[in-house]
Amino acid sequence: MSILLDKDTRVIVQGITGKEGSFHTEQMIGYGTNVVGGVTPGKGNQTHLDLPVFNTVSEAVNNTDANASVIFVPPPFGPDAIMEAADAGVELVVCITEGIPAADMVRVKNFLHRTKTRMIGPNCPGIISPEKAKIGIMPGFIHKEGSIGVISRSGTLTYEAVYQLTELGIGQSTCVGIGGDPIIGSTFIDLLGLFAEDDGTEGVVLIGEIGGSAEEEAAAWMLKSGFDKPVVAFIAGQTAPPGRRMGHAGAIIAGGKGTATDKMNALRDAGISVVASPADIGITMQQQLEN
Amino acid sequence: MKIHEYQAKEILRQNSVPVPAGTPAFSVDEAVKAAEAMSSDLWVLKAQIHAGGRGKGGGVKIAKSLEEVRELAGQILGMNLVTHQTGPEGKEVNRLLVEEGVDIARELYAGIVLDRSTENFVFMVSTEGGVEIEKVAAETPEKIVKVWIHPEFGLTIFQARQLAFALGLEGDQVKNGIKTFMALWKTFDSYDCSLAEINPLVVTGNGQVMALDAKMNFDDNGLYRHSNVEEMRDTSEELPSETEAASYQLNYIKLDGNVGCMVNGAGLAMATMDIIKLSGGEPANFLDVGGVANPETVSRGFKLILTDPNVKSILINIFGGIVRCDRVAQGVVDAMSAIDVNVPVVVRLEGTNAKEAATLLEESPLDFLVAISLKDGAEKAVEVAQE
Repeated sequence: MSILLDKDTRVIVQGITGKEGSFHTEQMIGYGTNVVGGVTPGKGNQTHLDLPVFNTVSEAVNNTDANASVIFVPPPFGPDAIMEAADAGVELVVCITEGIPAADMVRVKNFLHRTKTRMIGPNCPGIISPEKAKIGIMPGFIHKEGSIGVISRSGTLTYEAVYQLTELGIGQSTCVGIGGDPIIGSTFIDLLGLFAEDDGTEGVVLIGEIGGSAEEEAAAWMLKSGFDKPVVAFIAGQTAPPGRRMGHAGAIIAGGKGTATDKMNALRDAGISVVASPADIGITMQQQLEN
Repeated sequence: MKIHEYQAKEILRQNSVPVPAGTPAFSVDEAVKAAEAMSSDLWVLKAQIHAGGRGKGGGVKIAKSLEEVRELAGQILGMNLVTHQTGPEGKEVNRLLVEEGVDIARELYAGIVLDRSTENFVFMVSTEGGVEIEKVAAETPEKIVKVWIHPEFGLTIFQARQLAFALGLEGDQVKNGIKTFMALWKTFDSYDCSLAEINPLVVTGNGQVMALDAKMNFDDNGLYRHSNVEEMRDTSEELPSETEAASYQLNYIKLDGNVGCMVNGAGLAMATMDIIKLSGGEPANFLDVGGVANPETVSRGFKLILTDPNVKSILINIFGGIVRCDRVAQGVVDAMSAIDVNVPVVVRLEGTNAKEAATLLEESPLDFLVAISLKDGAEKAVEVAQE
């Protein structure tokens, strides 16, 4: 089983005719994703990669019955692209774009609250339900179908964790990169809730990093909701200096808040298995499953 | 991005937030000239560096005559100012703000930041002005009053009024406070700030509510629509290597250790620093070379890491996804053939075409240590750094 995405999900690509959009559309199709069309304003009625291109998302939805969208547009156009997809009734919107201002995301989230759209990202690698479909930019071949859910604020670090799992023969139900920005569409808690209800998910790998308090909030939520699947967590940035932005817009220890230590303690206090070393993620999950 | 106090005050002044009359000065003569031009008999000279705690470090002085302005400006300009935020090495002062003295009745605090939990901006005020707000938050959190700003309507008048009354403003001060708060929010919003902090916010003898100090940080992701802010960047406040990295769109942050690292992706780069530490070493830097680890970025990465004389070994950790490991390996070989890398290099490549990459590295005449896992890579890099 999987969450959010499977072989039947009908995906459109916003920014399909751009360089990134084209490349990853081909990759997604190659992996088995049901891509049904794309949107590039001004290029409607054209065909790209054998797919119909539309001027607007609403036209694309009306013509293809798409229920998911992935966004590959530059940051100045990202917020508008997200809102357009939500307005057209797309159920799942994945925004890969890195570099959207936080103030724009505040407004976008306010807009999304009035719709039924679930958003993932921005500044994320996307979602993959191994051996079924992927929406995003992650390398498909390192994944293996199975029963571990992965939720992460990072990109390549997620690949590292997934690779460890796959090498140990532990497959994944769905892997979600939620994004490295301070304001994101879906949080750890949102995804943990979905994994809690998914019978095909037996355990969860949670990869956090410094900045904000999303990990602490997730720990509190797991305690309160009685989340009973094994969780292995790693927090990146144990050696990060305070006050510096570590690549991701959201990865900063500000005013003494958002340290890796605080997050690791909060997760441990909630009974979560927290690993100090990123090399121990896979093996620790294996031990958890054997127990 | 950070700017100086005098730059922040100029922005505030242009946007109707009251600030004291003041002029920046880059030399003693300029400071005296600036003081002369003000109809005042009391001047404040403030060292302009990005770090806080300048007053305690001796970077803020009051002058009662033009002679004193000259003398004190001479003392501050060129001094090495050490504050709790500069670290023990301090920061050389090259810029000064000369301000007219202000008749202060009360010292308060006002600030705006992003509240990530509620996904809104939050406007905070406190009667405890002039002290560190983190200290107030930790010891007497009840003395901080907050209102959350609506994403559509912005700060509303009633919220500004709540803040004014929470601070105990009276009579005309209430009206002036509301005006100041509304103008501060508008400025914050229209400039894509990530932080605005007025500490202290003062009530003057005649009831004005004024920004006596000003700190403004900007969302780097918003700078593309504020070229006027980008122009205020003072690169002398940054390490040359970090400024250079930014010009190549690489994320480089210098740290104090001796194991350099070059990684693709910010999360993996942090995790690599962490595992270096867990393996008994200290990371020398954070460096994310991004998704495209080609010969050019790899060679720039080497050059950046080698600007730090403490570096005794370098760990290259690339997880190839879309980017193929054999191409990265070729990039590493090319870069090391072109530039003189005089410390041991440990390479760990995993993911797409990792086997081809390993063969390529082994067959190269250059001397690499090839690691088989993240842990192995970190341990090898730490070991050779200690030799």
